[in-house]
Amino acid sequence: MERKLVQEARTARRPLVLAVALGLVGVAATVVAYVAIADLIARVFLHGDRLDDVAGNVAVVVLAIIARSTCSWGREVAAQDAAVRAKQELRGRLIRQLLALGPGFSRGERTGELVAAATAGIERLDPYFSRYLPQMALSGLVPLAIGGYVLWLDRLSGALLLVTLPIVPVLLILVGSYSQEHIEEQWLALSRMGAYFLDVFQGLPTLKLFGRSRAEGERVARISDEFRERTVQVLRYAFLSSLVLEFMTTAAIAMVAVMLGVRLLDGGIAYRTALLVLLLTPEFYRPLRELGLARHAAMEGKVAAERVFAVLEMPAPARGGSGRLPRGDRGPEIQITDVGYRYPGSVMSALDGVDLLLPANARTALVGPSGSGKSTLVSLLLRFLEPETGTVWANGHDIATLDVESWRAQVALVSQQPYLFYGTVLENLRLARPSASDGEVRRAAELAGAADFIDALPRGYDTPLGERGARLSQGQGQRLAIARAFLKDAPLLILDEPTSSLDPESEERIRDALDRLSAGRTVLVIAHRVNTVFTADRIVVLDRGRVVEQGRHRDLVARGGLYARMMADRRAVAA
Amino acid sequence: MSVYRRLLGLLWPYRRRVALAVLLGVATIVANTGLLATAAYLLSEAALVRLLFGLTGAVYLVRLFGLSRAFLRYGERLISHGVTFRLLARVRTWTYQQIEPLAPGGLVGKRSGDLLARIVKDVDELEHLFQHVIGPVAVAFLTVGCAVGALLIFGTAPALVALAFLLVAGIGLPLLSGLLERGRGGRRLAARSELDAQLVDGVQGMADLLALGRGADLALSAGELGDRLGSEQRRASVVTGLHLGLSELVANLALVAVVLAAIPLVGSSRMGGVYLAALGLLVMGSFEAVQPLGRAFQFLGRTGAAGERLFELANVRPAVADPTEPVPVPAMPLLEFDHVGFAYAPGEPRALDGVTFALEPGSRLAIVGPSGAGKSTIVALAARFWDPTEGEVRLGGRDLRHCAQEDVRSHLAVVTQDAHLFNNTVRANLMVGRPGATEAELATALERARLAELIESLPQGLDTWVGEHGQRLSGGERQRLAIARALLRDAPLLIVDEVTANLDPIVEGEVLVAIRELMDGRTTLLITHRLVQLDDVDEVLVLDHGRVVERGTAAGLAMANGLYRRLLDAQNQYLTLA
Repeated sequence: MERKLVQEARTARRPLVLAVALGLVGVAATVVAYVAIADLIARVFLHGDRLDDVAGNVAVVVLAIIARSTCSWGREVAAQDAAVRAKQELRGRLIRQLLALGPGFSRGERTGELVAAATAGIERLDPYFSRYLPQMALSGLVPLAIGGYVLWLDRLSGALLLVTLPIVPVLLILVGSYSQEHIEEQWLALSRMGAYFLDVFQGLPTLKLFGRSRAEGERVARISDEFRERTVQVLRYAFLSSLVLEFMTTAAIAMVAVMLGVRLLDGGIAYRTALLVLLLTPEFYRPLRELGLARHAAMEGKVAAERVFAVLEMPAPARGGSGRLPRGDRGPEIQITDVGYRYPGSVMSALDGVDLLLPANARTALVGPSGSGKSTLVSLLLRFLEPETGTVWANGHDIATLDVESWRAQVALVSQQPYLFYGTVLENLRLARPSASDGEVRRAAELAGAADFIDALPRGYDTPLGERGARLSQGQGQRLAIARAFLKDAPLLILDEPTSSLDPESEERIRDALDRLSAGRTVLVIAHRVNTVFTADRIVVLDRGRVVEQGRHRDLVARGGLYARMMADRRAVAA
Repeated sequence: MSVYRRLLGLLWPYRRRVALAVLLGVATIVANTGLLATAAYLLSEAALVRLLFGLTGAVYLVRLFGLSRAFLRYGERLISHGVTFRLLARVRTWTYQQIEPLAPGGLVGKRSGDLLARIVKDVDELEHLFQHVIGPVAVAFLTVGCAVGALLIFGTAPALVALAFLLVAGIGLPLLSGLLERGRGGRRLAARSELDAQLVDGVQGMADLLALGRGADLALSAGELGDRLGSEQRRASVVTGLHLGLSELVANLALVAVVLAAIPLVGSSRMGGVYLAALGLLVMGSFEAVQPLGRAFQFLGRTGAAGERLFELANVRPAVADPTEPVPVPAMPLLEFDHVGFAYAPGEPRALDGVTFALEPGSRLAIVGPSGAGKSTIVALAARFWDPTEGEVRLGGRDLRHCAQEDVRSHLAVVTQDAHLFNNTVRANLMVGRPGATEAELATALERARLAELIESLPQGLDTWVGEHGQRLSGGERQRLAIARALLRDAPLLIVDEVTANLDPIVEGEVLVAIRELMDGRTTLLITHRLVQLDDVDEVLVLDHGRVVERGTAAGLAMANGLYRRLLDAQNQYLTLA
């Protein structure tokens, strides 16, 4: 996982290098400041120098610490810049991947969750890029640099510091891997506690209906308490790694100090040097301590990163093809031959040996129980999925050989719950044809029977829609989708009817609008309305991924198969 | 300010632990500062005296500080986390007790889901109250006091200089950052949530986007929003970087300034030169105490706001209150609505208007109508989640307003479309219906709800977790689990509210079978917008815009030329197995 994240940071290499370089310059400035301070103190203390005598030292110290602070400032800005770049790059890749995987992929409940977690999770990687990565480089470089300098100043102290250096990571790994596990567990438990609490709140009406709401209050107290006990237990281990680190640092400082003191007694070292070594010792360990903190901050991103990479590494269907379908003035004839498809990880085929014909300019109704493969067929027609076996032909061209975008430009989709994005009505309609004039958009809305309700909206065509905008009924949403289809004016139309009744006003307008829209196009309707099947030119009955019947309404009823049973059931339930 | 006093009040029961944590926090910093200062003194003394004997005290102190610091910090962290979790447990319990009487009546509103999530977040926010606000402030206060006190021994000038720098770092810099950051946090948050919304939107609407050939637009607009968020984050990093740089600058300048202030003292022999280095390191070390104050300032506002919202809960009046001397509900399953009118809030349109009916013991009554007709309001009034604005709701002949809520509900078994399944095991969810139910009782309930086979097929059986809102189960399984729970409840009066909404027709059939089982032998109020299985219902009420517009038997209403007939016709427009 870490290797992948480091790979990911390539795009942010420059600001990262800058951040690390500034960190190193800052350390150098610190060393300069400490050299001057140690010298200053030694001169005042041992030689009785006065303020005027040490003015030069003071100037050096002040300049050096200003330099150091400026470096710290710059380092923070560069590190954030690196994180912003890395996240943007990753987000871009994730979106492109999601588009390549197509909607068929995010249909399942699990994958839907994964996608949501991945997209929202990218921001959580921020501390990893902005803090952890630069700190990791610095915690390798800075102790070596300072240790080397101390070694040059005084061999014994330098050796002492450098000897402890490898001990720290070893100890940390020993304690750390253990506490890491615990911390992760705790992260999970913490989020579960909040979730439990919310769950109970949301269930309060249910608890009340069962007379359990007061008893649950005691349970909340008990669970919170148990949670606390468990957490503190875990923290005992989780804090061990910082205990070890801290202990190493302060014990080393104490050891260095006592050793220096003893050597000063017999004049084995100059006071100034001894003081400088003492000042540098905490700086030697500081990056390691900061690494621990940064690691803690980056932890949250790890789970997020796993999800992001899980999506990125999914094989996207290959969508080659560069051909173009000549656009005639009629709808195309679509021939599906022996098409099969199975979703990854699924045992059953969603479609198996499907043969069917959508005659040019005719309306074909597709019916079948839920899970019979209707949506999969639509996904294949739009090339959201590519068939495992068999071929989809459009006017005799295998659509797999066509350029995906140019093929989709010839297909209009009116789905059950059309996507209305965060933007105005006008922007939503123009999605279908960005170049459309206001007049063309209005004309399409009129044809779709949507003009009336749009005009009645508070700001007409400029009314914002989506999560934070006006809420439209399902019927109104469908009419907007139909208006889009008018604007797009594609020769092949795919329609997914709502499964249950809309408001009566919408019903009628939608029926009329669809009749207008269907004229002169090849139409495939996933039918849920009786009327639609009655009036269709052809009916195809799908069951468990296979075409079981096809023909006209009357013929199918006469055959007494699944279709006839469906019709009979409808009356039985309704009675 | 009173909110902070109340927040402090929350900590009062843990004052001993709080004091201990603060003392350990101070001791940790004192140990570190002491380590560096005595080490510096040790070196100076060694350079001057050159007698091992004269150093024993300093050596001893250096070792003590050096070895104790890590353990002090460890103890401090454990105890302060303990305090935090105790506090959270207490706030959770308190909050639950506030919300319990309010739900669902007092929490009504379109965004009640958001409200609950908000409350949970507010509680979690208080996690910072001690660890990041009160603790650091107390530690800083005491430590600065110790440091300045120690410096005063050597002279007033160094002490005052140090105090000035500590104040700048502890109060001045956080104020400066706050000023520079003003309004930015909100913009950053807005940019992020807009980006998130855009991505979620894009993923959900991907089929339409791709079909419209607008996939690239999503990448583009997400890129733009990402850039906007990025530039906000870059701006923020300029401020945090500045804060970081300035705090380092101030701490280092303090070291220099204190040493410079002490030089004249050394020169005039008012202070031993042997202390000079120690003085400087003492000052530098004490900055550890003021460094977390920046964060404390940030969290101060947040925890205050969270606390205020939570304390406000105590002021919300519940929609219904038990009478001081409740009358027991007679054990007769007779539910009557007598000219009931109801509006959720004064001035709002009436959800119910003049609704009258009587559900006789042993009978079955169905209420049908288009969505928004007021059907679910009837359930809420029957369970006394609200009291009617006009008229009376009676159970067993008793006006509900004279009865205790729990008593009323103990006579009802209610299955609703939004029956909540808890993120727990199948067993725990069933037990809500009857605490202490035996294995045999659970098995029977599952059997009757047509769920036994499924549960047996699960590897962990009854101990399978159902997930958040029962997500791991299918829609039909969720409803059947709710039905099994109601079966365990075994109350004489059954209310079934839209249990088959949003279910596939096949699944609907399965759930209806389970519902039949549940209705067997119980007085039933059946509420539905789907006109199915109404043959053996004694009376059907057709509700529209809060009024009863038709009533009669299902067969009779199907013949009449009213709303029922129109609803039936509309329903017949649809294929059932499609």
